[in-house]
Amino acid sequence: METSFAITGKGYVIVAADTTAARSIVKMKVDEDKIKTLSPHLLMAYSGEPGDTIQFAEYVERNIRLYQIRNLYPLRPSAAASWIRRSLAESLRSRKPYSVNLLVGGYDTATHEPHLYWVDYLGTMTEVPFGAHGYGSYFALSLLDRYHNPEASLEEGLVTLKRCIDEVSKRLVVSPGNYKIKVVDKDGVREVTL
Amino acid sequence: MNSFAERFSTTSATSQLRKAQALAAEEDDISDAMWGSEAGFGSLAKGVPTFSIPAVADPTAFLRLHTDDHADPNCRIKIQHGTTTLAFRFQGGVIVAVDSRATAGSYVASGTVKKVIEINPYLLGTMAGGAADCQYWETYLGIHCRLHELRNRERISVSAASKYLSNLVYGYKGMGLSMGTMICGWDKTGPAVFYVDSDGTRLKGDLFSVGSGSTFAYGVLDQGYRWDLTDEEAQELGRRSIYAAGHRDAFSGNSCNLYHVKEDGWKFIGNYDIAKMHYDGPGDVPGAPGGGYGYDIRVEGLTSANPPPVTAAA
Repeated sequence: METSFAITGKGYVIVAADTTAARSIVKMKVDEDKIKTLSPHLLMAYSGEPGDTIQFAEYVERNIRLYQIRNLYPLRPSAAASWIRRSLAESLRSRKPYSVNLLVGGYDTATHEPHLYWVDYLGTMTEVPFGAHGYGSYFALSLLDRYHNPEASLEEGLVTLKRCIDEVSKRLVVSPGNYKIKVVDKDGVREVTL
Repeated sequence: MNSFAERFSTTSATSQLRKAQALAAEEDDISDAMWGSEAGFGSLAKGVPTFSIPAVADPTAFLRLHTDDHADPNCRIKIQHGTTTLAFRFQGGVIVAVDSRATAGSYVASGTVKKVIEINPYLLGTMAGGAADCQYWETYLGIHCRLHELRNRERISVSAASKYLSNLVYGYKGMGLSMGTMICGWDKTGPAVFYVDSDGTRLKGDLFSVGSGSTFAYGVLDQGYRWDLTDEEAQELGRRSIYAAGHRDAFSGNSCNLYHVKEDGWKFIGNYDIAKMHYDGPGDVPGAPGGGYGYDIRVEGLTSANPPPVTAAA
């Protein structure tokens, strides 16, 4: 089943999402990137109803870009997350709501703080030091309660993320095979491997 | 007419029973040694024990109709489902840790449940699923373990005890039993843990967790587990794992009961309040690092902000 994690550390956010696109019992694709880069310092991992996820993610991506073109500066992470949440909340009361769960991670270049927002399809948003969606969250959250360190270096953060991924592959029956991992910090967005 | 005659008869079976009952009622202060004895008819003296069963053609189907809360959330009888229990084997024996919350639907029915059943001085059973099923059948298992001892002049192995239970519950498969239990102990082969459930599954292993909070317990347990843990480290790991489940799972919590099984039998280590562990830690116990387990307590004062170093004003 779909799983995504995100953790903050000293001056960065790591966002990880599994790379399988499944339909019924079949894996249709094993290298799908489910983390969108919304702006130079903003990442969004999305999961949920197939179809809805990509449609919503692209809608968000283009609107965040439009804001930057119009105003010549990008939205800060908290503002972007609020806008995304509002879009989901308005969609919820429409004829066909988007069933999409999100982890929005960004680096605020003005305050030098990393920010992570946990957002679900009902439009619930909360700022968290670490977050997870999907069945993996049942294993990862207690683990992160125990091992997460807000002042961890990137190397230490990646070690903690590896703990989560290993735990999920160890215990979850339908565990995902591969993960795409992206980091956002003062230098912008980049992809990393464990 | 027959029943009328029987009531006043002095020689019928029922009148014999009546006399025995009258006799037992007079003897208010029976000594402990006499308890249940009554010359071998103790069980009959107070009347033949009977179970009340629903007066329907198929009591099993009737029970399922009223207890199956997956199919019907409005069912009349709610069986206790939420729990976290864990047990693991390591170099120094077996650690058994459980929470103490009983829930009926969304209602917290009790916070002081004993979910470790002390079968005998060398065997422990854990309780997840139906409380009554676990309590009754594991006590029953205790009786048969003792009989095995008397017959064979040797303690029963954990493997044999757990197999006795799994065969027993398998005989009732499909009749509504609900239990997920770990049978833990020490026998000739050393420390042993077996997982037995009401489907009839029986698994030998080093580390198990059962119940709605098991995933959260596994998250902490797996990451901290090694075979060569010291006794103190192992007890701390058991406590912490139950804390994690009590914190994250709504159907688990209140307190943690901790047991340690060694070569000379099990020992109760202690009862730890989960809220207290969150804020202050488990108290002065060996293995605890000091300070609360809670995330907010652990990381208090730390920040992820990473401002560039301030350059001296020119």
